[in-house]
Amino acid sequence: MKKSWWKILSFVILVYTVVAGFLSKVPDLPIIHQSIRNLYFHVCMWFAMMVMFIISFIYSIKYLSSSKYKNDIYASGYASVGIYLGLLGYITGAIWANYTWLTDQNQSLGSILKEPKLIGAAIAILIYGAYFVLRGSFTDIDKKARVTAVYNIFAFAMLFPSIWIIPRMVGSLHPGAPGSDSGNPALNAQNDLDAGMRMIFWPAVIGWCLLSTWIATLRIRIQLLKDKTLLNE
Amino acid sequence: MNKRVLSLLKKDILLEFRQKHTFYGIILYIASTVFVIYLSIPDKPDAVIWNSLFWVIQLFICVNAVAKSFLAESKGRMLYYFSITSPVEYIISKILYNAVLMLIMSSITLLLFLLLLSNPLNNSLQFTGIVLLGGLSISFVFTLMSAIAAKAQQNAALIAIMGFPLIIPQLMVLIKLSKAAFGEVFKQGMVLQLTGLIIGLDVLVLALALVLFPYLWKD
Repeated sequence: MKKSWWKILSFVILVYTVVAGFLSKVPDLPIIHQSIRNLYFHVCMWFAMMVMFIISFIYSIKYLSSSKYKNDIYASGYASVGIYLGLLGYITGAIWANYTWLTDQNQSLGSILKEPKLIGAAIAILIYGAYFVLRGSFTDIDKKARVTAVYNIFAFAMLFPSIWIIPRMVGSLHPGAPGSDSGNPALNAQNDLDAGMRMIFWPAVIGWCLLSTWIATLRIRIQLLKDKTLLNE
Repeated sequence: MNKRVLSLLKKDILLEFRQKHTFYGIILYIASTVFVIYLSIPDKPDAVIWNSLFWVIQLFICVNAVAKSFLAESKGRMLYYFSITSPVEYIISKILYNAVLMLIMSSITLLLFLLLLSNPLNNSLQFTGIVLLGGLSISFVFTLMSAIAAKAQQNAALIAIMGFPLIIPQLMVLIKLSKAAFGEVFKQGMVLQLTGLIIGLDVLVLALALVLFPYLWKD
């Protein structure tokens, strides 16, 4: 019970997020209207995804410095939850964009997928997809762990500029990018958000991050049990 | 520069001269690809289409040219290198060799494009500079990818799977930057900013390659 306080916290926060997220009063903006509530879900997916990838990156570094197979299981466990969250974030964003960005006639979803932020998101999903393809192509476990750790570190370091730097240099329709090359890549939560929404948004970020960590730890525990014989610790 | 790096580089270049079929193979690959494009699109392609076709071709040429750099090394030979040199020197020599190879191939592609697909460029010199810079960036990324893929069995396909998502950001910046040579007006300082970004990414890739390759090297 002592160790699971954060799981309870995550549950409580997410119940609060869903209830307050759907029932609270939100500012009524043109075009967006009630779809603004997507903020509590879509944006949090990206936060949680980044957290998962950062943890995975750290475990890959730990693997290379210690060569403990356990660290490789951790790295792949967090990366797999991260890619899942990335897909969810992409889908929630696409549904939202379908109702808010496609206001003109003759515009297809394909024409807006070229948005710099969407490209960054797609790159992230492709990179970690490649990471799992690479994992699948080895038979030797130690070699697999070492080579995929190298790829994970390299990919994460390359992902960083493509998500955080390049979108700042080009214009975008995405909220938070008002000018041609200014603004935060995603959203400036301190200035753009209504105070009431901030009270739900930040807890929601924490809640989703905790939930995804929980899922990742479960996956890792299963894998650790499966590979029990390989872990000589 | 380090003597061992130089002799490793010399060995690679000598090998290329002795086994000319691979070198001419890539040139033939470039020629036939550009020829197919020449046959399949209208006589004077739009500058935007010209530009995007050019960079896509660059990408595929690089995959083909760089892919074999680690495949050619047999296990026994790797063991020999292991005993005579350090991993950092080895990867530096490979990066240099691939950079030189890619610079040559980029120039040939550019020449063929100008010859067969007309010349929509406003500033040819600037575009040549961008092409050489782009060739370098692509070759750096794919050298490390090929080193990783060499450790896994199904090599060639893996290089593309791993490398393409990683090169997209750089390729997007390169395509945007090369529009400057087509006469598109950029905001003040934007060209320099984009060039700086590409060079910054190159430095990042090089640093990562030097740090990470020693871990790949041990078998």
